[in-house]
Amino acid sequence: MAANNYRHALFCAIITLIISVPILGLNLEAEGVNITLTGATTSTYIAIALAAVSVFVFQAFRDSLMGTLGTLPKLNPLAKKEPMEQSKRVKLEFWVMTGLVVLALFWPFFVSRGSVDLATLVLIYIMLALGLNVVVGLAGLLDLGYVAFYAVGAYTFALLSQYTGISFWMALPLGALLAGLFGLLLGFPVLRLRGDYLAIVTLGFGEIIRILLNNWTSVTGGPNGIGGIPDPTLFGMEFGRRVKEEGNTSFHETFGIAYSGEHKVIFLYLIALVLAVITALIIRRFMRMPVGRAWEALREDEIAARSLGLSRTAVKLSAFTIGAFFAGFAGTVFASKQGFISPESFVFLESAIILAIVVLGGMGSQLGVILAAIAVTILPELAREFSEYRMLIFGAAMVLMMVWRPQGMLPMRRIHIKLHKQE
Amino acid sequence: MQDLLYFSQQLINGLTIGSAYALIAIGYTMVYGIIGMINFAHGEIYMIGAYTALIAITGLTALGLAWLPLILIVALLCAIIVSSSMGWAVERVAYRPVRGRHRLIPLISAIGMSIFLQNYVHLAQGSRNIGFPALIEGGFNFGSDGHFEMSLSYMQITIFITTLVCMTALSLFISRSRTGRACRAVSQDLGMASLLGIDTNRIISATFIIGAALAAVAGLLLGMYYGSVDPLFGFIAGLKAFTAAVLGGIGSIPGAMLGGLILGVSESLTSGYLSGEYKDVVSFGLLILILLFKPTGLLGKPEVEKI
Repeated sequence: MAANNYRHALFCAIITLIISVPILGLNLEAEGVNITLTGATTSTYIAIALAAVSVFVFQAFRDSLMGTLGTLPKLNPLAKKEPMEQSKRVKLEFWVMTGLVVLALFWPFFVSRGSVDLATLVLIYIMLALGLNVVVGLAGLLDLGYVAFYAVGAYTFALLSQYTGISFWMALPLGALLAGLFGLLLGFPVLRLRGDYLAIVTLGFGEIIRILLNNWTSVTGGPNGIGGIPDPTLFGMEFGRRVKEEGNTSFHETFGIAYSGEHKVIFLYLIALVLAVITALIIRRFMRMPVGRAWEALREDEIAARSLGLSRTAVKLSAFTIGAFFAGFAGTVFASKQGFISPESFVFLESAIILAIVVLGGMGSQLGVILAAIAVTILPELAREFSEYRMLIFGAAMVLMMVWRPQGMLPMRRIHIKLHKQE
Repeated sequence: MQDLLYFSQQLINGLTIGSAYALIAIGYTMVYGIIGMINFAHGEIYMIGAYTALIAITGLTALGLAWLPLILIVALLCAIIVSSSMGWAVERVAYRPVRGRHRLIPLISAIGMSIFLQNYVHLAQGSRNIGFPALIEGGFNFGSDGHFEMSLSYMQITIFITTLVCMTALSLFISRSRTGRACRAVSQDLGMASLLGIDTNRIISATFIIGAALAAVAGLLLGMYYGSVDPLFGFIAGLKAFTAAVLGGIGSIPGAMLGGLILGVSESLTSGYLSGEYKDVVSFGLLILILLFKPTGLLGKPEVEKI
């Protein structure tokens, strides 16, 4: 047994060397037409060697290591405690959420413009993740082309403002409705497909939308994108230094305060905050409505759910459409925030990031998804030197999460009623 | 006459690309046939194969080796070894622990793996695309009528022949060898095969290794054909190959070959007659249409869902 273990460990260590030495250890350098091969730094080689040694040690002493880990007392003290009472937990969650929202309302007035801008982006991601959470987390439909609906929302606003001069407040419902319509149209034929086929078809759809946006130059401007998207207004008050449109007044003149570029940023942030809260509340209601229960039922056991009379198409379609609707919502806000959009912003990677947020936060859990969206967007900004490792870490985290904790960081808890024995 | 020539030229180009797609598609179809999951990271394995081949070619040239066939064979072997090890490791790390869970869990794990590998190469080798030296140059030109000349390059011939050799070897391996027989048994019924004494874990690993090796061959060939590689090289090619696998009927090896050829030709005809930008739209559109109207593909067996 022991000899066998060592042989396996040696094999694993050699494999580690094979997959890391050529790719990490030898770097291709292109100089014009010529390509040269240079060795990596010594520290890289040391790291590779260390990795191989640790793989060897882990595999060789795997059984005894796992044995000791199993006998260790559980470090997490919460695990032993009884789960919190249902009513208490709901109350606590409510207060935590309310506290967060109140904090978020007043926070932008005390920080720099850059952080408010970043926070707006976080809120957009929260909207996207909450929407995808309905599709993936609740209904169990893996949508890899979610970013297409986001693009539909953003481009609706951009194109309408360019051709008809529509305002943000008109475009918001229109963009969301159009994205929802796209979801409905795409969902109708594809939702009959089994889970993994659905994932690939939505991925293909996302790519098709992006390629169309990129190549339909006469309408969408192609890779150059569309610029000059107007900012939102507050009851006809504009936030620019000068009023652009007839009949509007400017914010700083109306209130008699000095012009500041920060007003617009904070206003956008507040809009995004309000919309994110609305999104969260609406989806929260949906989760408790019969349709929300139906999503989960169909996810858990399709055959059982159908035999109880649920219409598969209608239930899945509703989830898909609602998810797309909120993506359109987020897209409109995004277009307004950036003032310029191009197909670059709607690549598959974006879908993957939103999916990573949902998976890491805990599929189905709203609080988990919100916290994950904050973490995923802010952490790379805080650790700038690690930002190039961001996607590497995402990928690894997705794998590790699926292996060890597929329910996510803050798993969803189902609302349930405990039946007490009658004395 | 010119129309016919142009058409045949597109056909040749399409068959070239298509046979390389078929090589990648085999990896998808074999894995799907055995454990029923989409190996989303397969395109990245192919990309790693292309990079390894390029590294080997550059290294060997720098060492002063000049005999072309030797360079190519050594580069091919290097690519196969690295890609197969990668395929094996990916299965061990990301897929084996989640095998048998809900269908979406291995898929998400595979997407994570794909992102990880893309960025692994991106960080190690940079994000710029690197030119792949054209080692096999020249070709036959014929059928000239003054306006258009049809050409068949030696590179295209190499791709055809290599693909043909690989496919024949694979078919013989699957139909004649002991491991091949075990592969077929496991893909028919995993539980029963393990009851009859087949080490299913070993067979699943073998499937990943074979798929990765074929992807590495495709990586070398297509890298040389396109003339450059970059870390995103595998993503679109992987999707195309998956389309080919579905088109032919996922789980069926002859289906993957047929699907690859059909996809390659339709893509090449689109870029020849419509516009090169829309060739991806056509292949994804094709994928969507097939999944909608004939999810079993051309040569696939219908899947019966038992309750």
